[in-house]
Amino acid sequence: MSFQPTFDASEIEDLLNGKRGGEHPSLMSVLEEVQARYRYLPQDALILISESMGVPLSQTYGVATFYNAFSLKPKGRHVINVCTGTACMVRGAKKVLERISDRLGIQPGETTEDGQFTLETVNCLGACALGPVVVADGAYSGEVTGAKANALLSKVMAEAKTV
Amino acid sequence: MGLRDQLAIPRDVIATVKNPEHRWMAVCRGTGCSSSASAEVRQALCDELDARGLSDEVEIRRTGCFGFCEAGPIVVVHPEETFYTHVTPGDAEAIIEEHVVGGKPVEGLLYRDIATDTAVERWHEIGFYGKQQRILLSNCGIIDPENIGHYLAFDGYSALEKVLTEMTAEEVIEEVIDSGLRGRGGAGFPAGLKWRFARQTQSWPKYVICNADEGDPGAFMDRSVLEGDPHSVVEGMIIAGYAIGAQDGYIYCRAEYPLAIRRLEIALEQARELGVLGENILGSGFSFDIIVKEGAGAFVCGEETALMASIQGERGQPWPRPPYPAVAGLWGQPSNVNNVKSYAYTPRIIIKGADWFKSVGTEESPGTAVFALTGMVNCTGLIEVAMGITLREIIYEVGGGIPMGREFKAVQTGGPLGGCLPKEHLDTPVDFDSLVAAGSVMGSGGMIVADETTCMVEFAQYFMQFVCDESCGKCPPCRIGSTRMLEVLQRITDGEGEEGDLDEIRRIARGMEQGSLCALGQLAPAPVMSTLLHFEDEYKAHIEEGCCPAGSCRALITYEIDPDLCTGCMLCARKCPSEAISGEKREPHVIDTDLCERCGLCKEVCRFDAIVVN
Repeated sequence: MSFQPTFDASEIEDLLNGKRGGEHPSLMSVLEEVQARYRYLPQDALILISESMGVPLSQTYGVATFYNAFSLKPKGRHVINVCTGTACMVRGAKKVLERISDRLGIQPGETTEDGQFTLETVNCLGACALGPVVVADGAYSGEVTGAKANALLSKVMAEAKTV
Repeated sequence: MGLRDQLAIPRDVIATVKNPEHRWMAVCRGTGCSSSASAEVRQALCDELDARGLSDEVEIRRTGCFGFCEAGPIVVVHPEETFYTHVTPGDAEAIIEEHVVGGKPVEGLLYRDIATDTAVERWHEIGFYGKQQRILLSNCGIIDPENIGHYLAFDGYSALEKVLTEMTAEEVIEEVIDSGLRGRGGAGFPAGLKWRFARQTQSWPKYVICNADEGDPGAFMDRSVLEGDPHSVVEGMIIAGYAIGAQDGYIYCRAEYPLAIRRLEIALEQARELGVLGENILGSGFSFDIIVKEGAGAFVCGEETALMASIQGERGQPWPRPPYPAVAGLWGQPSNVNNVKSYAYTPRIIIKGADWFKSVGTEESPGTAVFALTGMVNCTGLIEVAMGITLREIIYEVGGGIPMGREFKAVQTGGPLGGCLPKEHLDTPVDFDSLVAAGSVMGSGGMIVADETTCMVEFAQYFMQFVCDESCGKCPPCRIGSTRMLEVLQRITDGEGEEGDLDEIRRIARGMEQGSLCALGQLAPAPVMSTLLHFEDEYKAHIEEGCCPAGSCRALITYEIDPDLCTGCMLCARKCPSEAISGEKREPHVIDTDLCERCGLCKEVCRFDAIVVN
């Protein structure tokens, strides 16, 4: 997966040095930046952060696994996010999710073997009036049905092939 | 001369905004309309004006949410208040040519009333707005949320000025207590009392925290307020800071709301520049500043103690109360935590007085309630109604009833920690206490309507799955209870329900309610228990007869084609992902139930209603 920036210890050290001296240096904000950089939290980064901040690894791991925003596994090039908020669910988000999951052959939270697609669910995007909502690579689609999800997937997959 | 006069107030902006003759167009740029391409609509309108040399004559204004997200993108032409719905960039030419130049509204873009199918021209004549009373949302759809001048034009920051020049901290608290304002996060605790407790604790520093971690699925009230009128929240927090004696504020906003966070940052920057936030506000000697803290996707962080743990950079796990945050909160210091809406009401109460606030709503629940009305209802969106209105009025008058002539089944309030009410309770007045008496809760404002196609067991399972995912894991009753309860519900919707399952659900619920550490675990069984109370028959149908009356549970239904209705168009056969449908052209088709995966795609695409669910 060449598109994934490779882990670089010196980058993390720079980041930690930049954070020192703040009033309340927070483990979370460091993890947020590492997540933003690599799109996941590499194990070596967690170890380095713990040692450098003097925080037990168990605590770093605890924070890293607590929040949905953090991932310990690399994500695919394309992230498809299905809103499973109540309003979307009532309007058929489950069918949409099943459709996408069947077609990609992965469960929510998983990434396809070729590293192209990650399927995720989100609890609510607050765009309930447009439900069911699917966000493919940051672009919102509203009132998605199983058929519309199919079309959306075909489009994203076609784009994936051309890259 | 008031303190406010010392400000570099953008007076030309105020004069324009207040001019009743001013020709301008509001283009909604809330998350809903933005998702339906309102940015492109705005650009197209600007381009059309440019092309005609009219850019100086007509202002195109980005505004917050109108609430009627269903009909988005929305454009409102002022001063007539002509309300255009479902506007596309291609419609820009017609709006400018026919309306702005020609002076005649574009008929095809007007909202059509559901009952009468007639076009409605003006904003406030639309049925959706008829029963609404917009106090908190009064600026949404009117002001540009990224321009502090617009907020100032509508009395913005004059409450702050009044507080700093005319009132003592104790008087501010007294006014808020007197108004009867109850916390809008869901629990309804009197906001003023909370402020008093925080003021009375003799320890510094103190913190003012705004809970904008609107985690309830199906709720977007706080998001809309933050996106449409961010300064009202900022002003409310500064006033709270003055009242309790704090200098630092935090807004904890969920990361799933990128637009709200951006608008807040802009608002804070502009407020600092103007001198209403930061050091020595308005020269009064009082200093207060606010930091926006982004959440990282954990529902439990909406619980106040977990929220504070998260601000501290730790796992967002709740700690036992007491001590309450007013005594020992963020970093062990006295802290006041209120919901977005509670703060946003405050400046209005200070300006118009406690008696005015009490004149709206009911005696025990004064003011208005803001709901995100969603699900199976014709007009979905954000609404603001006076407390005391009935559920029926909200669903049938504001919401325009249930689509496609289907039957109403239940209305769910309070999200994953709330309850649902069936049609026997439709005449329940909406206020904090009446909803509790009926077996549900006010919650923070999600209101989801379910119709006959919604399976209530699946609905309950959905909420339990949510709690199971979101339980922080600290206390076993919540962590293990939700997992075990989910297993039972899963079994029932899979068609493998057993005798005694319902008793098992009740037993687990008792354990969770009594043993859990925080509100998440204590209230998590509520959606299940309320569906079980009102729809026990549906549970029994799943367990005893192996059928799902709503025709929703995948394991319990089969799809069939009605040979009388099928025209043999072959559309379903082509779309079926498992190739389970066969038949000759123009002959009725057949579904092979062994191959069928029950994805429902055939039913969706069939234009002749020939697919039947059994």
